[in-house]
Amino acid sequence: MRNIIIFIRRYITFFTLLVLQIICISMLVRYNNSYNAVYINVASSFTGFFDKKYNDVEYYFQLKKTNKQLAEENAMLKNMIMTSIGKNGDTSTNKLQARIDSLYRDTLGRNVKYIFTTAKVVNNSLYSENNYITIQKGSADGVTTDMAVAGPKGIVGHVVSVSKNYSVVMSLLNHNSRVSVTLKGKPFTGIVDWDGVKPSEVLLHNVPKNIKITKGDSVITSNLSESFPPGLMVGRAIRVRPDAASNLIDIVLETSTDFSNLQYVYLIKNVFYTEQKSLEQATQQQQPVKAK
Amino acid sequence: MSLLLKNIIRFFLFIFIQVYILDKIPMISRFAKPYLYYLFLLWLPYTMPRLALLGVGFVFGLTMDYFTGTPGYHASACVLIAYLRPFLLNVLLPQEKSEISYLEPGVKSLGFPQYAAYIFIMTFIHNACLVFIDWMSFGDILYFLIKVICTTAISMLLVAIAELLFLRKSRFKTNTAY
Repeated sequence: MRNIIIFIRRYITFFTLLVLQIICISMLVRYNNSYNAVYINVASSFTGFFDKKYNDVEYYFQLKKTNKQLAEENAMLKNMIMTSIGKNGDTSTNKLQARIDSLYRDTLGRNVKYIFTTAKVVNNSLYSENNYITIQKGSADGVTTDMAVAGPKGIVGHVVSVSKNYSVVMSLLNHNSRVSVTLKGKPFTGIVDWDGVKPSEVLLHNVPKNIKITKGDSVITSNLSESFPPGLMVGRAIRVRPDAASNLIDIVLETSTDFSNLQYVYLIKNVFYTEQKSLEQATQQQQPVKAK
Repeated sequence: MSLLLKNIIRFFLFIFIQVYILDKIPMISRFAKPYLYYLFLLWLPYTMPRLALLGVGFVFGLTMDYFTGTPGYHASACVLIAYLRPFLLNVLLPQEKSEISYLEPGVKSLGFPQYAAYIFIMTFIHNACLVFIDWMSFGDILYFLIKVICTTAISMLLVAIAELLFLRKSRFKTNTAY
């Protein structure tokens, strides 16, 4: 026993190194698996303050671009309302219908599946291997994990952890990010992820060769995604990465969202998310997999 | 200014420079990421006990991780270089002097070639550790090698700039015979 203590005392620095490294690695592994909410709670109350201060300065330099984006989006939305009212003449029922549809929530609270709220981006990383975005809305504003996040032009990512006043969003530019998408007007649904090469390009994998792709084809979120509403822009095809060995190709997409200039985003809440999840889980439990 | 206060100011200065300036710079390529923050650990005084060095390295790395949202990533690399630092300095320090007469590692106290070697080896180990952690989750070996080399080159450039910009007055230890 005495010898053991002497041995430990002799190599105390080495043992401390080992202990600290084990702590580091275990934190890294655990965080990557479950996006530890406890860690983010401590971290964002501390760093969120500085991020906010920094963003206050940075924000002014991007005001012009941000304004332009918002004005363009407003124009697009106004056009959509105009066409949806004007399409079938000006009969009063259609006008009423359009008005109800554009309501943010009707009195029964059940008409709308997706609820949009805005949030200010306070920190945005772009050049790491795994990029995260911090937004200034948290559990106090009703943000929950797995909520979808979109920008004025296209999708951004989804919420991975929430503290009281801040939330962390895993952006599309992350090796762990997977989004279910579909090619607009073509019978294909696949997964988009990021290979870490350029912050403006993402990849759509395993597209069969018989689907004809032209440059500029839109890729939109599919109806299989749990958090994203179907039909949001993801990106446009810019080139095809051929694979001679297999019958499948990868498509390189240019993201619709300009990640280098992101000041406001929309949080999208799926009202029926928990209902859908619990039903799916219950079904899986009811029908256990039988042994062969 | 007392040594403790100076180092506390440096602690925050290096983290803010890394998080709010260097991390915001658009990358030249995906292989070259500018790192400078670990220079804080290399500039710590000679007199620090090894255990304290490890502790400071861990806290410093973890603070960096708080800002980038990657717990354990920078901390692991920082602890490693904090552990290896005393060994390397023992090898590089001029042997004939019975006592170290300067407070912190620098061009004056070590001599230029030794100091350059010290910075280079530490930078290389730090970047290799970071890229290795990245590589464990994705990437291939070629990517690993190129990224270590490119990142080290960029970091060396940054350290040189930092040394030229912030001329540290390399003070003598007050109680030595000089």
